[in-house]
Order: sequence, then C-alpha cells, then structure tokens
Amino acid sequence: MFHWLEKNPFFFSVVVFVIIAFAGIVEIFPNFAQQSRPVIGTKPYTTLELAGRHVYIKNSCNACHSQLVRPFKSETDRYGDYSLSGEYAYDRPFLWGSKRTGPDLLRVGNYRTTDWHEIHMKDPASVVPGTNMPAYKWMFTNIADINTAFAEQLTIAQFFSVPYNTPVPMKDGSMAVVKMGKSVADAHALALAEARIIVADMKDQGVKDAVASGQIPEIVAIIAYMNGLK
Amino acid sequence: MENRPLEYDYTVAKMFMLTTIVLGIVGMLVGVILAFQLAYPSLNGSDLAIAEYINYSRLRPLHTDAVVFGFTLSGIFATWYYVGQRVLKVSMAESRFLMFIGKLHFWLYLIAVAAAVISLLMGVTTSKEYAEFEWPIDIAIVVVWILFGMGVFGLIGIRREKTLYISVWYYIATFLGIAMLYLFNNMAIPTMFGVSEIGESSVGVWYHSVSMYAGTNDALVQWWYGHNAVAFGFTVPIIAMIYYFLPKESGQAIYSYKLSLLSFWGLMFLYIWAGGHHLLYSTVPDWMQTMGSIFSIILILPSWGSAINMLLTMRGEWQQVAASPLIKFMILGSTFYMFSTLEGSIQAIKSVNAIAHFTDWIIGHVHNGALGWVTFMIMAALYHMAPRVFKREIYSKSLMATQFWIQTVGVVLYFTSMWIAGITQGMMWRAHDEFGNLAYSFIDTVTVLYPYYTIRGVGGVLYLVGFLMFAYNMYKTMSARPVKESELQSASPMGA
Repeated sequence: MFHWLEKNPFFFSVVVFVIIAFAGIVEIFPNFAQQSRPVIGTKPYTTLELAGRHVYIKNSCNACHSQLVRPFKSETDRYGDYSLSGEYAYDRPFLWGSKRTGPDLLRVGNYRTTDWHEIHMKDPASVVPGTNMPAYKWMFTNIADINTAFAEQLTIAQFFSVPYNTPVPMKDGSMAVVKMGKSVADAHALALAEARIIVADMKDQGVKDAVASGQIPEIVAIIAYMNGLK
Repeated sequence: MENRPLEYDYTVAKMFMLTTIVLGIVGMLVGVILAFQLAYPSLNGSDLAIAEYINYSRLRPLHTDAVVFGFTLSGIFATWYYVGQRVLKVSMAESRFLMFIGKLHFWLYLIAVAAAVISLLMGVTTSKEYAEFEWPIDIAIVVVWILFGMGVFGLIGIRREKTLYISVWYYIATFLGIAMLYLFNNMAIPTMFGVSEIGESSVGVWYHSVSMYAGTNDALVQWWYGHNAVAFGFTVPIIAMIYYFLPKESGQAIYSYKLSLLSFWGLMFLYIWAGGHHLLYSTVPDWMQTMGSIFSIILILPSWGSAINMLLTMRGEWQQVAASPLIKFMILGSTFYMFSTLEGSIQAIKSVNAIAHFTDWIIGHVHNGALGWVTFMIMAALYHMAPRVFKREIYSKSLMATQFWIQTVGVVLYFTSMWIAGITQGMMWRAHDEFGNLAYSFIDTVTVLYPYYTIRGVGGVLYLVGFLMFAYNMYKTMSARPVKESELQSASPMGA
C-alpha cells in the first residue's frame, strides 16, 4: 500500500491529511458542543476594561504573566482559588500565557490597588526591588482606544450573545448589569464615568488633567482591567 | 532528449536563501537583546522616547515570529525550491507558470514579512503565540501558503521520477499540516462588523478582530495549533531536509526504508495529539490532558526512528564526521533532535510538568531544538546548496569548522543555564516552610535567576556570532569569481 501511495501524490496527500486531522476531530469538536458556560460571578468586560485588556495585549503582558492558577497548594496559597473553566467564558482571546517571568495575574484585583499599579508601571523597581520588569511610562501619555473596545463589545454581543445590558448572577445572590453604550458617544461617556473613579486614586497630574478633559490614558484603562481581575 | 544531466533552475531558491540569512540575523539579534534585557532590565531603555518600541514585551513576539515565520519558513522554501526539482527530476525552467508562481510566492512573502514586522512593533497583535498577526496579515499568509502549495503540487504534477522520495512526503505534510492548523486557529470576526443601536458600524480601527473561540476552547485550539506549528514547522520540514542532504553529502544510502516509513506515518498520527501537554493542570477536560501526556511519550518512537535512521546512515563512515564540518552540523543536529524530543516527552509527564510549566526550562527545551536541530540543519542545507547554486566552492572550510564549535558551545551554555534556572524557580515556587507557609516571595525566585540569564545571554551571543560567520562565509562564496562553467554535478563542497 505504501509503495502505491508513494506513486500517487493525490491519494498520498488525502491519507496524510486524514491522519493529521484525526486527533483534532476527536479532541476538539466534542469540546465545542459544551461551550464554556460562565460561572456565577463572571461578568462581561466593561468598555474601559476591554480597552485596558487591549493595552495588556498590545504590550504582550501575557508574554511574562500567566492568568491560570493551577490546583496546587503552592499556587492557591500564592494567587488565590484555582481556575475554573467558566471564569474564562468572556475571554476572547484567552490570556493564560505560557511563561511566568512575573507572577500570575488572574486574581490580581484582589490584592493590588490602583495607586500600587500606578507607581509600579512608572518605576517597577521602586515597589519591587530587584525586579526585571520594564517601566511602561508611555501608558501615561498614550490615549486608550475606546472606539475599538466599543466595536468589540458590539461584535461579541451580536455574534456570541455576550449578555450586555442584561442581569447576570453574582456570588452574593444579587444581579449585576454590565452596560454597553447605545452609540459611540454613549460608550465614551460610560468609559469616562468609570475612568473618573480610577483617577480619583491616582497621583499623576497629567493623567488627571487628561481625564478631566475627556481623554482616557492607557494607564487608566489597564488599571481598570487589572482591578477587575478577581 | 540529449543525453546530458538536467540543469536545474535555482532562481527562487536563491531568493529564499537570502531571506533565510537576513531574517535569521534579525531574529537571533532580537533574541540576544531580549536575553540581556531580562538579565539587565535597564536595557529596556525606559527613559528613552522610543522605549515603547524597544522594550522586552514589544520585542518578544518579534523574536519568535522572525525566527519561525522569517528564518525557518525561508529555509523551508529555499530548500524546497532546490530539493523539489532534484528529487522529482524536473527543472523549474520547464514551466513558465511554476516559475511565475515561485517568484510571486517570494515577493508576496516579503511583503507579508514587512507588514508583520511593522504591525508587531506597533503592538498590533492577537496575543496568540506564533499566531499574533491580525486578519489582514493572516490573509496574506494564507495566499503565500497557497502559492507554496501550488509550487509543490505543480512540480509534482510534471515530475519525471514517478516515486516520491521521502523528503517530498515531509514537504507535502508540512504544507497540509500548517494549512489546516493556521486556518482553524486564526478564525476571528473583524470588529468592523459590529453595529451599534443607532446604526454606527466600522467603529474603531479597521484591522482589529475578536477570536471565534472563548476561554478554555480558545486555549485548546491555540495549543493544538501552537504545539503543531512546532511539529510542522520545526520538525517535519527539517526531517525533509536531512533525508535529502545527509545522504547527498555523505554519499551513503539511507539506512532503512522501513524505519523511515514507520517514522513518517507514526509522526503524522501521533504529533497532533501531543498538543494537550501545554495545558496540563489547566481547565481543559482531564482526558485531553492525559491523552496529551501519553501521546507525547509515545512520540519518542517516530522521533527517535528518524534520528536513529540518520545516525545509522553514517555507519562505517564515521571518519566523515571528523573530516567534514558540514556532516558535523547534520549529525549534531540529529543528536540534538534526539535530546530535545526526549526532553519534551519528560516535560510532558504530569508530575514533571507541574514543576517545569511556566519556567525557563521550557524556554531551554525550545532552544535546544531550535538552535541545535533546526538552525544547524538549515545552515547545513544552505552550505550544501551554495556550491551547486552559485557554482562556486565554499569560501572557507576552516571558518565553517570554527563556527561549528562556537555555536555548539553557545547552545550548551544556553540549555544548561535554562535547565538550572527553570528547575530552581519551579522548586522555589512550590517550597513551603515548616509551618506550611510559602518559603519564598515571587521576587526571590526572580533575583536568583540573574546569573543564569547572563550565562544564557552569553550563549546567545556566541550562537549569533557563529551565525554571522555563516552569513559572511555565504556572502564570500556568492561574490567570489565563478570557478565552474556549469553546475557541479557530484563534487562535495568539502571534496577539495
């Protein structure tokens, strides 16, 4: 049979393809039948959080920081509860990472604050002596892209039925509603309202001035995102 | 037809040889910069105006993609446009169509590479490893890949030698495997399609997209891709090369046809399953993790099958290894292939992975294969091709031998330092004191690594220096006065 295949490139290619596709068909397709369902307490991202997530991705934070707590005592001691599949239901793309040059960030919102992030992103070694993390000073002047974050919200609400403007259950039994703007202007207003709360805890005058004038620097967006990681 | 040997047309092969060398230098140089940025964080240049574009996190995807999609793909294309003609006994000059497709393939590839470099430096990325490009570049890559496929199957279509040589099997598998994986993993919806309640669309940047898969499913598809991009980019086509170049260079026939059959079909069936070993102890279903682990261990069979087939091809001719630097590159390459596949299987065992995952040991493993096996083999292939393609003898054999030893020392420094760094960090993360509290804070496990990061950087510099010697040697070979009127038919470049 092999000799015959080696003389018939078409059938050779077909057989090779079936053999390499086999594992994917058996492994991946069945898993799609049971789509990731959000666990209680998992909310869609707000416009500002999503813009912050884009800043996180733009700067490849995931190259050094994981967002996956494995079920070991040493990891739950350090980072909090181990990961559940449903917690990632709104993560497109997933940001598990493959290397921990720095610590895991899945639940960083539980133990770091806005002002800590502000100082740390400006000069990491001033709060963590000996660190090899670079400073991210440009995040204080670059303006976050709220439009693209809003476009992504619209897309995921339309194509993947992500529940914006819909009550979702929280751990304490209450219901939460994550709002999505009706228009671009509306989305900016929502993001700005959220940004003002973050900026109240910040010291950088340039950032405060920018938000006061209606612009949201990248640092505010990424802090909003990280504060939401719980 | 006249009774004279075929003259092959290497126009396209030459073009890709050039990008192999140039993009190799770029990718490795960025890698060395990254290594030193980890060891000396001030090198991120945080106070410079251009810090955003030269800091570690922005450069890191550029390094991996320049090496995978720049250097390695170019090497694969360059060798295909050389080996393909020769094993199928047909010249590209015989078909003006295939010649046109080949040249188009090259120029579109070059445009895609340029676009990819610019977009990564700007921070336009999907964050998925080795699939960072946004949809416009993805589409360009798919077109480039289709042109490559047309070249492969076109040449097969007009071949004189009816039986496909082993190398051609592997090139076909490379084409099919990458095509399937790349398409499925990069499925995304451009956000320009989102429409707001008052009818606004095309909001935000036009090139942004959102992944078709969410969370755990996304991770599953990504590592099904990520692991097998390594399979079909760093293993399968490199085996294609060694099956052609080692017998040619050594004058020895392949040791066993049956072993090559077993290795090929075994590799095709087993490799894809192993993707799950990137997700051990994650939230993907347990049975997939177990399958990933088990298949990774079985994968030793076909991997070692190929490597042993290569080593036994040299039986009775081991003096060639001492005499020829070119054979040295290939034999050490096969040996590193054996080491890194064994290492990979060990790391895929769940209890070992619990320590190894997220540490530098994995980085060491990747470079073990990429530096010791992939790059050694591609350089050997280009060294073998150069005298035949440029009709000039290799400029300097002693430079080649020196380069071999410098790079070998570089690889050894690289993986030994990363072994120690990875296992040290993995053990420190999990260490508890006598009261059951964590023994080390995270930063303790970082500062302990600085000496190893420096050693790794030195290893990287040695390797880069060796690669620059390779580039210089190739440049001097290309630009020397022609010594032969027509192609050298049987002479080994080391024959003199």
